[in-house]
Amino acid sequence: MAEVMSLKQAVARYVRAGDRVALEGFTHLIPFAAGHEIIRQGIEHLTLIRMTPDLIYDQLIGMGAADRLIFSWGGNPGVGSLHRLRDAVENGWPHALELEEHSHAAMANAYEAGAANLPFAVFRGYQGVDLPKVNPNIRTVTCPFTGEVLAAVPAIRPDVTIIHAQRADRSGNVLLDGIVGVQKQAVLAAARSIVTVEEIVDDLAAPGFNAVILPTWTVSAIAVVPGGAYPSYAQGYYQRANAFYKSWDAIARERESFTAWMRSNVLHSR
Amino acid sequence: MSFTADEIMTIAAARALRDSDVCFVGIGAPSAACNLARLSHAPHITLIYESGTIGTRPRVLPLSIGDGELCETALTTVSVPEMFRYWLQGGRITVGFLGGAQIDRYANLNTTVVGDYRHPKVRLPGGGGAPEIASNCQQVFITMNMSPRAFVTTLPFITSLGHGTGPGSRAALGLSTQGPTKVFTDLCVLEPDPHSRELTVVSIHPGVSAEDVQAQCGWPLRFAEPMRRTAAPSPEELEILRALQERTRRAHGAEA
Repeated sequence: MAEVMSLKQAVARYVRAGDRVALEGFTHLIPFAAGHEIIRQGIEHLTLIRMTPDLIYDQLIGMGAADRLIFSWGGNPGVGSLHRLRDAVENGWPHALELEEHSHAAMANAYEAGAANLPFAVFRGYQGVDLPKVNPNIRTVTCPFTGEVLAAVPAIRPDVTIIHAQRADRSGNVLLDGIVGVQKQAVLAAARSIVTVEEIVDDLAAPGFNAVILPTWTVSAIAVVPGGAYPSYAQGYYQRANAFYKSWDAIARERESFTAWMRSNVLHSR
Repeated sequence: MSFTADEIMTIAAARALRDSDVCFVGIGAPSAACNLARLSHAPHITLIYESGTIGTRPRVLPLSIGDGELCETALTTVSVPEMFRYWLQGGRITVGFLGGAQIDRYANLNTTVVGDYRHPKVRLPGGGGAPEIASNCQQVFITMNMSPRAFVTTLPFITSLGHGTGPGSRAALGLSTQGPTKVFTDLCVLEPDPHSRELTVVSIHPGVSAEDVQAQCGWPLRFAEPMRRTAAPSPEELEILRALQERTRRAHGAEA
C-alpha cells in the first residue's frame, strides 16, 4: 500500500546513493519537485534513467548528482542544447558522466520489458546506424521462427522510479491523464516508486473505464506537491511554461549563472 | 509577395504532403510544414507526434513534442511504448519527418556528435525517435538549411540511416521501406537518384542559382536535367503560415 508522506521523507526513505533512478514523464508530468529534493538531500553517484533528460536532469547533472546517464534524446525541446549535460560530457564538469545512449524506441521497449518481468526487449531498430558501435548493450537476437535478426536491449529495472501524476485517492490509487508517456511501465519495472501528485481527492473521477491508474499496492510513497511538475505541466491543472524552457538556455549556459540559479531557486527554497 | 528562405523551405515541404498521409512529425520546420498542409490543401492529413498524440490539430505550433495543445486537440493519445511499437514499428506511418545537424550525399543523418563519440567536440542531443523513424516509415522527408558544415562528405556519426553507401544498402539490412525520398532546404529540393541513390538537386527556389546551391554543399552536387524552379509561395500559403507562426509566438512568449 502506498504511504502518504512528505516529499522530503519519501526521497530520504526510498532514494539511496548509487541507485538506478528513473524520473519519467514524456514532456508532460515531469517530476521536477522530486528532482529538486534529491539535489537538496545531496544524494550522489546516481545512475539517472530518462528518455529525454530535459531540464530536470540538466539540473541534477550540473549539481553533480549523477555518475551515469541512460537516455535517448538530450536536448531542450524546441530550444537547443542542455548546456549542463554538454559541459559534463564535453569537459567533465562538475565531474565525468558515463553515457549509455539509446533510441526512443529502444528505451520505450526496455521499460515495457522491465514491467513485463522480461530480461530484454526485442524490436525492429538500429539498422545501419552507429549507436550499436558505441553502446555494448545494443545487441541482436535471431527470431527462432523466421530467422529474422532483431535488435535487443536489456530491460530497464530501476531501483526507484519517481513520477508526477494529477491525483491520488485516499487509499493511494494514482490517476494519470493526457500524455502518459512511459510512466506506468517505469513504475511497474521498478523495485520502489514515489509518486508526487497535484492533490489527494475522495474520488479519482477517472475519465471512462480505461484510464491509466496505478493501484495503491504498486506504489511505495505518495507526496502531495501542487505544481510539482513545473515548468513541465499537469494536464487539467497548469500549462507547460514554454517561456521558462526558453529562458533556461541562458541560465544554464554558464556554470556561474547555473549555480547561482540553483542556489536561490532550489537549495535555499522550501 | 516577398518571402524568407525558411518560409519557402516549409512551404515546399507542405506541398509534398497528401490529404491521405499519416505523418510522424518532428518539432520545428516539420511541424510547421505539416500543420500548413493541414490548414491548406490537406485538411484530412493525420499528424502524429511521438509523445503519443494521434490525429492532432494544434491551434499553435508546439514548442515541445508533448505540449498540452497536442493532446487536447488529438483524436486519441496513446502511451509512448504503444506509439513506437504499434504505430511506428507496425508500419502505419506513410511519411516520417527528420532534420539533423549534418547530412551526407546518401541522406544519412547525424544528430549525435561532432568529433569522437567519447571525447566530442560538440555533443548534440542524439537520435531520439530518428533511427526507427528512418527505418519504419514508408518514406522519409528531411528539412535542413544548407551550409558546407551541414552538407558534408563524411559524417562523424550515423544517427539515422538514409541510403547507406548507395544502391542496395537498405535492402541488405532487411528494410523494405523507401527511406529519404525528398530533402527540403532553404535553397532547393533534392531527391535521391533512382539508380545511384545519391542526392540530386531537382528544384531550385526562386532567386537562387545552381552556384549558390553548390557553394553551400561540401560535395560536388548532381543537378537534374531539366532543372525545375520551385514555384514561389502563393499569397494564401504565406498568409496561413505567417498567421500560424504569429499565433505561436504570442502563445509561447505569454509568460516569463
